[in-house]
Amino acid sequence: MDTAFAPLPTTASASNAAASTTTGSIVCEPTPQQAYLMRIADSCLIHAQRLAEWSGHAPILEEDIALTNLALDLLGQARALLTHVGRQTGFDEDQLAFLRDERDFRNFTLVELPGRRAGRDFADAVLRNFLLSAWMNVLWGKLEQSGDAEVAAIAGKAVKESRYHVAHAADWVPRLGDGSEESARRMRQAVARLWPYTEELFETDAVDTAAAEAGLGPMRAALRVDWRAIVEPVFADAGLQVPAAGAFRSTGSRGVHSEHMGYLLAEMQTLQRSFPGGQW
Amino acid sequence: MTARDQALSARVAQAWDVLRGVLDPEVPAISVTDLGIVRDVVEHDDGLEVLVTPTYSGCPATEVIEQAIADALAAAGLGRVRVTQRRAPAWTTDWITPQGRENLRAYGIAPPGACAGAAAPGKDAANVQPIRLMARDVACPRCGSARTERLSAFGSTACKSLYRCIECREPFEHFKPI
Repeated sequence: MDTAFAPLPTTASASNAAASTTTGSIVCEPTPQQAYLMRIADSCLIHAQRLAEWSGHAPILEEDIALTNLALDLLGQARALLTHVGRQTGFDEDQLAFLRDERDFRNFTLVELPGRRAGRDFADAVLRNFLLSAWMNVLWGKLEQSGDAEVAAIAGKAVKESRYHVAHAADWVPRLGDGSEESARRMRQAVARLWPYTEELFETDAVDTAAAEAGLGPMRAALRVDWRAIVEPVFADAGLQVPAAGAFRSTGSRGVHSEHMGYLLAEMQTLQRSFPGGQW
Repeated sequence: MTARDQALSARVAQAWDVLRGVLDPEVPAISVTDLGIVRDVVEHDDGLEVLVTPTYSGCPATEVIEQAIADALAAAGLGRVRVTQRRAPAWTTDWITPQGRENLRAYGIAPPGACAGAAAPGKDAANVQPIRLMARDVACPRCGSARTERLSAFGSTACKSLYRCIECREPFEHFKPI
């Protein structure tokens, strides 16, 4: 059998032409400001992917519809930002979403943690949705004043959508946290599992500094007070303790991901990897 | 106004007429103009430009709508047309016309209430309870009763939620104010 192995796909250079004719990965080397936007876009995109896993599996039909509706909004927000970054980097939004390698994704580790499939609970999905949508809501509100007019326009739409996301998630947290003994136990476990990953949402690095100096958007650290103002009353309503900050720091926003990310990307990207440039 | 200017503005007016007949593919009771997403029609030397503001970030109908607009104008013989997205200011259900609202109601979808006040950022921020966002006074589009209850905050499309009338027992959709 001398035909067993096809040649490995060529590694694409950063040129559009190469990327569109190969199944290999694109190499995108964004500026700090582009990285700032990709961090937001990737967090929306990967969170949408995790939420979409609940399609057909949520505990009730209404929640099935809700989670996929949220995923749709997040996907749209990610797409708008990736399209915007793509215009500056020479890639389209599909290439950025489906042909980047794991290390080039800048989403927070929190959003890539396994959902339904790894034995995690609906409580995890509810809690993550709440923590994330509250953070996004605060961020979009500040990005409405971005010096980048396109980013401000995207934020102007997204902030309204995120209000529905926060409202929906904040409705569920007390329902589980202050529900039955069993639901409360599971919610407490979800808090213990997920809370350590929230520190990453408020760290500061060179990307944040560059974005803030350019007037593109706020440093993550500047979101903490407003975020806590949304989170704390809902936790109190739910009878949940806000954990103390620990020493653990996740690093997804720097491209160093958890062991779950590769599997997620394999599933999310398989179609474009198998049928490059495929459209419908 | 020169003859050329008159011809141009007539073309724009004709385009608006055509657009009044282009329906939203997801909610085929309302036209794109009544929905308030067509923000402007501009005459350029190389053809017409239609400026459209998307409803939701992830609305899958956005591209279908843009194609429908281009097709309808082309079929009306209005020459070259391009459809451009204008994101800012963001679309709000406050832009739905009175006629559009009436069409929605007749179709069985409760139209959205005003959201201009509620949407103002920073307004009374201390008192904003994210949990209390759901619309309270949604009248049944069939019998008009105000005794209704929400079944689901999200519905079959991004723009709607599900309700039920306690009076006539009919379930119905509500176009969410945003």
